[in-house]
Amino acid sequence: MEIINTIVRQFRSTFIIDNRYKVFLTGFKNTMLITIVAALIGIAVGTVIAVIHNIASQKQRHKNLGGTLIRLLDKLLTAYVAVMRGTPLAIQLMIWAFVLLAGKDKLTVACIAFGLNSAAYVSEVIRAGINSVDAGQMEAGRSLGLDRLTTMRKIILPQAIKNILPALCNEGIAVLKETSIVSLVAVVDLTRASDLVRSRTLLAFFPLVSVAIVYFILVAGLSSAVNRMEKRLAKSDRG
Amino acid sequence: MIEVKDLQKSFGELQVLKGITTTIEKGERVVVIGPSGGGKSTFLRCLNLLEEPTGGKVIFEGEDLTDPNADVDMARRRIGMVFQHFNLFPHLTIMQNITLAPVHLKMKTQAQAEEEGRKLLTRIGLLDKADTYPDMLSGGQRQRIAIVRSLMMNPDVMLFDEPTSALDPEMVGEVLQLIEELAKDGMTMVIVTHEIGFARRVASRVLFIDEGIIKEENSPEKFFTEPKDPRLQDFLSKVL
Ligand SMILES: Nc1ncnc2c1ncn2[C@@H]1O[C@H](COP(=O)(O)OP(=O)(O)OP(=O)(O)O)[C@@H](O)[C@H]1O
Ligand SMILES: [Mg+2]
Repeated sequence: MEIINTIVRQFRSTFIIDNRYKVFLTGFKNTMLITIVAALIGIAVGTVIAVIHNIASQKQRHKNLGGTLIRLLDKLLTAYVAVMRGTPLAIQLMIWAFVLLAGKDKLTVACIAFGLNSAAYVSEVIRAGINSVDAGQMEAGRSLGLDRLTTMRKIILPQAIKNILPALCNEGIAVLKETSIVSLVAVVDLTRASDLVRSRTLLAFFPLVSVAIVYFILVAGLSSAVNRMEKRLAKSDRG
Repeated sequence: MIEVKDLQKSFGELQVLKGITTTIEKGERVVVIGPSGGGKSTFLRCLNLLEEPTGGKVIFEGEDLTDPNADVDMARRRIGMVFQHFNLFPHLTIMQNITLAPVHLKMKTQAQAEEEGRKLLTRIGLLDKADTYPDMLSGGQRQRIAIVRSLMMNPDVMLFDEPTSALDPEMVGEVLQLIEELAKDGMTMVIVTHEIGFARRVASRVLFIDEGIIKEENSPEKFFTEPKDPRLQDFLSKVL
């Protein structure tokens, strides 16, 4: 009996008293917001990086200024990707929040920081997806007189997408989990919400375990979507 | 039809083609043989600029394809290519495989392309496969579809790079037979192959490419019976 009383008391203290559930709701809202906006930024910017790389890496028949510029841009972006992947995300987040975009709205800053970091991984995902398609496919398309862009659109990308889509969703899952460090720049996300409540109530179990469950449900939902997608894509996979 | 002048190709330090000069006339069936790594594929791939030559010229119907302003895509429509590994598009049905390029390049309407596609598929006995995907076909069937895919462009010349090397032995015949039929129809072609019997039957001229140059070139009768180059004599003694 005693244990049930304790549980009820702790639950009330964590969620009901002082309307503390609202803190969790705010945290949930911000976690979702940052994840979704960051994922969209990541996909948009990452695709642009991959496209630029693809154009820059093609054999150049015409040695013109445009070609030189795009290869220079590609070098810069390659360095950018290396930096994004080679430094801790927590440090990147704080550099955005306290140096590059100091004083700006922290929620916006967080979306930018996570989005631009994710872009580096997305560009690699797309690059790997395109590379996974046999080089003979591009050659077959070109030998029929199709230009590079058409071959890309009609032949390479439809095959690459099977590898790209599941990997993109996995990247989304990674972003969701990574957002839990956003409290470093004083944004109240799900993790920070549990921390606030914990320090107020001095109860650790409910605040922490409940947000862990929420994260897990979100991740598990996304993962099973990825699994189903992979099965569907595998079924339509024609060798 | 195709004039090759002092064609050279290097990959970095490695010079693979060291000056190849030859002319492929309309209606000719040029067979290229030679030891592995001698540059046969590279030579063939330079003819439609899949590899960009590092020296010399490839002149197709009067147009120098190595000129940076040449319309290579336009030339490739008229130069069919068949690959060792077929390179069919696995995400498309057979009919889509063979109609994609002519329809997209506005050479035919979808209806015209499908009608011609059905005729060609009927000719090779694979009409019933029109709506299946490449992975449902045997290697020999795939390669014949790949040949049809090239034919759909009504090319002036066809390039074959070891079209039967990736096939199980029992499927080699059906592919060679189709190529021989095209030869009888008067198609101009350049064929890299290790099938010596086939080469003798189909070739109007045989080239021996070794160490990046044409070491010997002759009519098939003379080429196989009176080889002069010692490397060719050695090569033939191994494959005959
Ligand atoms: N893309 C490339 N990059 C670097 N080296 C290459 C490339 N393609 C071919 N080579 C080299 O060029 C040489 C000639 O190759 P090629 O494929 O033309 O020979 P081949 O006569 O067709 O041989 P095989 O009978 O084995 O097909 C080889 O040494 C090969 O390693
Ligand atoms: Mg070869």
